[in-house]
Amino acid sequence: MPSFVISEKCDGCKGQDKTACQYICPNDLMTLNKDAMKAYNQEPDACWECYSCVKICPQQSIEVRAYSDFVPLGGSVIPLRSTDSIMWTIKFRNGTLKRFKFPIRTTPEGSIDGRQDARGKDLESQALFTEEEAGKTIPAF
Amino acid sequence: MALPNQPLGELPATLDPEVVELETDILLVGGGMGCCGAAYEIKKWAPNAKVLLVDKAAMERSGAVAQGLSAINTYLGENTPADYVRMIRNDLMGIVREDLIYDVGRHVDDSVHLFEKWGLPIWKTEDGHAVDGAKGTTPLAEGGKPVRSGKWQIMINGESYKTIVAEAAKAALGMDNILERVFIVKLLLDANKPNTIAGAVGFSTRENKVYVIKCKTMLVACGGAVNVYRPRSTGEGMGRAWYPVWNSGSTYTMCMQVGAEMTMMENRFVPTRFKDGYGPVGAWYLLFKAKSTNALGEDYMVKNAEMLKQYLPYGASKVAPSCLRNHLMLHEIKEGRGPIYMDTPAALAELSKNMDKKQMKHLEAEAWEDFLDMTIGQAGLWAGMNITPEETKSELVPTEPYLLGSHSGCCGIWVSGPSDIAPKEWDWGYNRMTTVNGLFTAADGVGASGHKFSSGSHAEGRIAAKAMANYFRDNADFTPTLKDNAQNLADEIYAPVKRYHEFKNYSTAADVNPNYIKPKALLLRLVKITDEYGGGCATQYVTNKKMLETAMKLLEMAREDSEKMAAGDLHELMRAWENYHRIWTVESHLRHILFREESRYPGFYYRADFNLVDEENWKCFVNSKYDPETKEWSVFKKEYKQLISD
Ligand SMILES: Cc1cc2nc3c(=O)[nH]c(=O)nc-3n(C[C@H](O)[C@H](O)[C@H](O)COP(=O)(O)OP(=O)(O)OC[C@H]3O[C@@H](n4cnc5c(N)ncnc54)[C@H](O)[C@@H]3O)c2cc1C
Ligand code: SF4
Ligand code: SF4
Repeated sequence: MPSFVISEKCDGCKGQDKTACQYICPNDLMTLNKDAMKAYNQEPDACWECYSCVKICPQQSIEVRAYSDFVPLGGSVIPLRSTDSIMWTIKFRNGTLKRFKFPIRTTPEGSIDGRQDARGKDLESQALFTEEEAGKTIPAF
Repeated sequence: MALPNQPLGELPATLDPEVVELETDILLVGGGMGCCGAAYEIKKWAPNAKVLLVDKAAMERSGAVAQGLSAINTYLGENTPADYVRMIRNDLMGIVREDLIYDVGRHVDDSVHLFEKWGLPIWKTEDGHAVDGAKGTTPLAEGGKPVRSGKWQIMINGESYKTIVAEAAKAALGMDNILERVFIVKLLLDANKPNTIAGAVGFSTRENKVYVIKCKTMLVACGGAVNVYRPRSTGEGMGRAWYPVWNSGSTYTMCMQVGAEMTMMENRFVPTRFKDGYGPVGAWYLLFKAKSTNALGEDYMVKNAEMLKQYLPYGASKVAPSCLRNHLMLHEIKEGRGPIYMDTPAALAELSKNMDKKQMKHLEAEAWEDFLDMTIGQAGLWAGMNITPEETKSELVPTEPYLLGSHSGCCGIWVSGPSDIAPKEWDWGYNRMTTVNGLFTAADGVGASGHKFSSGSHAEGRIAAKAMANYFRDNADFTPTLKDNAQNLADEIYAPVKRYHEFKNYSTAADVNPNYIKPKALLLRLVKITDEYGGGCATQYVTNKKMLETAMKLLEMAREDSEKMAAGDLHELMRAWENYHRIWTVESHLRHILFREESRYPGFYYRADFNLVDEENWKCFVNSKYDPETKEWSVFKKEYKQLISD
C-alpha cells in the first residue's frame, strides 16, 4: 500500500533544509524534487505502509493507495494524529465509512526525563539503575 | 525520456565523498528497541564516557516499531522468570539459552513500567471491563491490572510506542551524541589487539560523507533480516513484508564478518498471518478467542491433534509450539483443504452474547485498533475488499521466512551470559558480549533466546549497556587502532558509485548493463535462490542436501556479483549495502540448515532427507564462525544445557 503525495497540496515543506516526510521515513523513500518543490515516494514497492510520512506531513498531502497487486481500488485509511490521540477514517470500496479514535500518549510531547544526572552505584550487581534505585532484589536460580 | 542515463534519486552520489573521522568510547549501532534501551541506561553507569548512537533512519520511527504496536508481548507481572523460560523452551523446540531468557524475564517489567511512566497508554481492567490506557488509570507499577490477551501479553494503545521510547533515549543521550541517517556498513577490528573491536564505518544517506568511527566498545542491534526469502507478493506488495522491510541482516553480517560466533542460524520464523496484509493474529486468537479452520470449517488443530504426538515432548504442551501449529495447517493446505480462515464472525458473535451495544462498539474498535496500531495495511486491505470481521471470515497464510532473534524465532549471535546464573562455559566476563572482545549485541541480535519482543528487547539493550560500562572501565587505557586508513575504507564503501560512473553510458538502458548489476536486480536474484532451494514458499518450506548445495553454489556467484553492484545515488548506495548484508546472512542460514541433519522446526522448514526431530543426535546448538583471517567458515555442535527444571 504505497504512500503517494497529492501534488496540489505539497509545498515541499516550504524549502526548509529537510522536509518532514524525508526526515521520518524509516526506509528512506520520501524524497524532494527541488525543481518542482514536491515530494514523492521514490520506491513504492519498498513501502511498508507504516504511515509515518502520512502522519507527519504538515499539509496532509500524503495518503496511501493500497498495493495494486492484491487490493481492489476504492478503499482508504486516513489518520489524523494530534498530540494525545489519533483519529482514523476508513472508507470501504462500497462507500461505508468507519471512524475510530484512540489515545496515543498520556504525557505531553517532549516531557520525558532522560535522567541525565542519575548515577548507578554498584556496577558489579545485576540490577539496572532504576531497579537499584527501587531497591529491587534480582532473582536468580 | 530514457536517455541519457541518470541516477534514479534526488541525491546523486559523487566520486569524492568527504571522509569524517570520529572517535568515541562507546558506539551504539542501531536506534530500535534494543539501542533505545541501551541509550537510556548507558550514561548512568559510564557517566564519563563519550557515547555515540548511529541509526540509518530517524529514531522517532525507526525499526520494527515504526507504526507502533498494539500489545507488549512480554510482561511477566504475576508470572515467574522460570516459567517464562519453560514457555520459550517449548515453543522453540527445546534448544534455547536459558540463562539469557531468564535474565530478560527478571528485568523486562522494569522497562514496561518506564514506558508507562513516559506516557505509553496501557489498557487496564477496571470493574471487570477493559478500558483504554488513558490518563488517570492506576499504573502497573502501583498495582494497576493490565488487560492480558495471553499469559505473557498485555494490550496497549501503542500508536506512539516508538516515538515515546525514542524520546526517552534521546533525552538520556542528548541529540549531540546521535547521528541519524548514517548506514553502518562494516565493523573494524583492532590492529594490535587480536579479536578486539576498534570501530565501524558507514555513510550518510543525506550527503556525500563517509564516517570512520573509532570506539572502545560497541553494541550492534540493527534488528533481523527481511526480504531474504521471496515474498508472496512481488509487485508493489513486496514492501508489505511482515517484519520491517528495512532491517536487512546488518546485525548478523557485520558481527559475523569480524569473527563473532553465531548460533541457531538455521532457525527462521514463518508467521501465520492474515493473507496479503500480514495483519497480526495474536489478539484474534488470544483476546477474541477466534478459531482458525480449513475450507470445510474444521478446526484443524483439533482434527490433526494426533500429528502433534510425533513431536514429543514439545507437541504435548497446552499451547503447541508455533512451528507445529504451522505444521498442522500446512497439512490441510497440502491435502487440498485450503484456504485457511480465521473465523472472526463466530468469535465476535460468541463475545457479543454478554455485551450491550456500547460494549460491542468498543469491541469492534479494539479489533480495528489491533491493525491500525501496527499493521495499517491490513486495515486498508479489509477496506478495499469490503471485509468487516463480524460478517466475513478472513484468509490466513503462512508467510515467507524471516530471520530474527527477538520475536518467535531465535537465530543470532552467541553471547556471554549473566555471571550469577550462566554456566562457566557460557560466561566469558561481560553479559551479552559476543565472542569478539568489546563487541556486544541485544534484541534481534542475540541468538537462542527468542520471545523477547519489544519490551524484552529494550530491557536487553539496557542489560548490555551496563555490561559495556563494565568493559569500558576495565579497558579504559585501550587505544583503538584501525588496520586500514580512512580513505581506503571510504573507497571501498563508494565502490558501487565508482562502478556506476565508470560504466553508466556504456549501454542505453540504465539498468541493463553487462558491467554491473543494480541492487534491485541482485535482491530479486537472492530471493529467487532462497525461495526455490532454501525452503521458501515455492516448495512449501521443504529443502534437502542437494537443494541446499545448489543454493550455496548460486549464492557464491551472487556474492561475487555483489562486488559489481552499481549505485548512482545515495539511496541506491544504501540498497547496495543492504543487499550485501542480506547475502551474508542468508549464507550463514543455509550453512546451518545444511549442517543440522534433522527437521527441528516442522512448519518453519523441512529437511526432506531428515524429516524428523532427532533428539538423540541433535538436541544441541548449532554454532558457526567465519574466520576473518583465513576467510574460512566452520560449523559445529555446541552442547545444550538445561538450567531450569521441566
Ligand atoms: C509487525 C510486527 C509486530 C510486532 N508485534 C509485537 C507486539 O505485538 N508486541 C511486542 O512486544 N513486540 C512486537 N514485535 C517485535 C518487536 O518490534 C521487536 O522484537 C523489536 O523491535 C526488536 O528490537 P531491535 O532493536 O532488535 O530491532 P528494531 O527495533 O527493528 O531496530 C533496528 C534498528 O537498527 C537500525 N538499523 C538497521 N540496520 C542498520 C545499519 N546497517 N546501520 C545503522 N542502523 C541500522 C534501524 O533503523 C532501527 O533503528 C513486532 C514486530 C513487528 C515487525
Ligand atoms: S511533508 Fe508533506 S508538505 Fe512536506 S514535503 Fe513531504 S509531502 Fe510535501
Ligand atoms: S508509509 Fe512508511 S515506508 Fe512508506 S513512504 Fe511513508 S514513511 Fe516510508
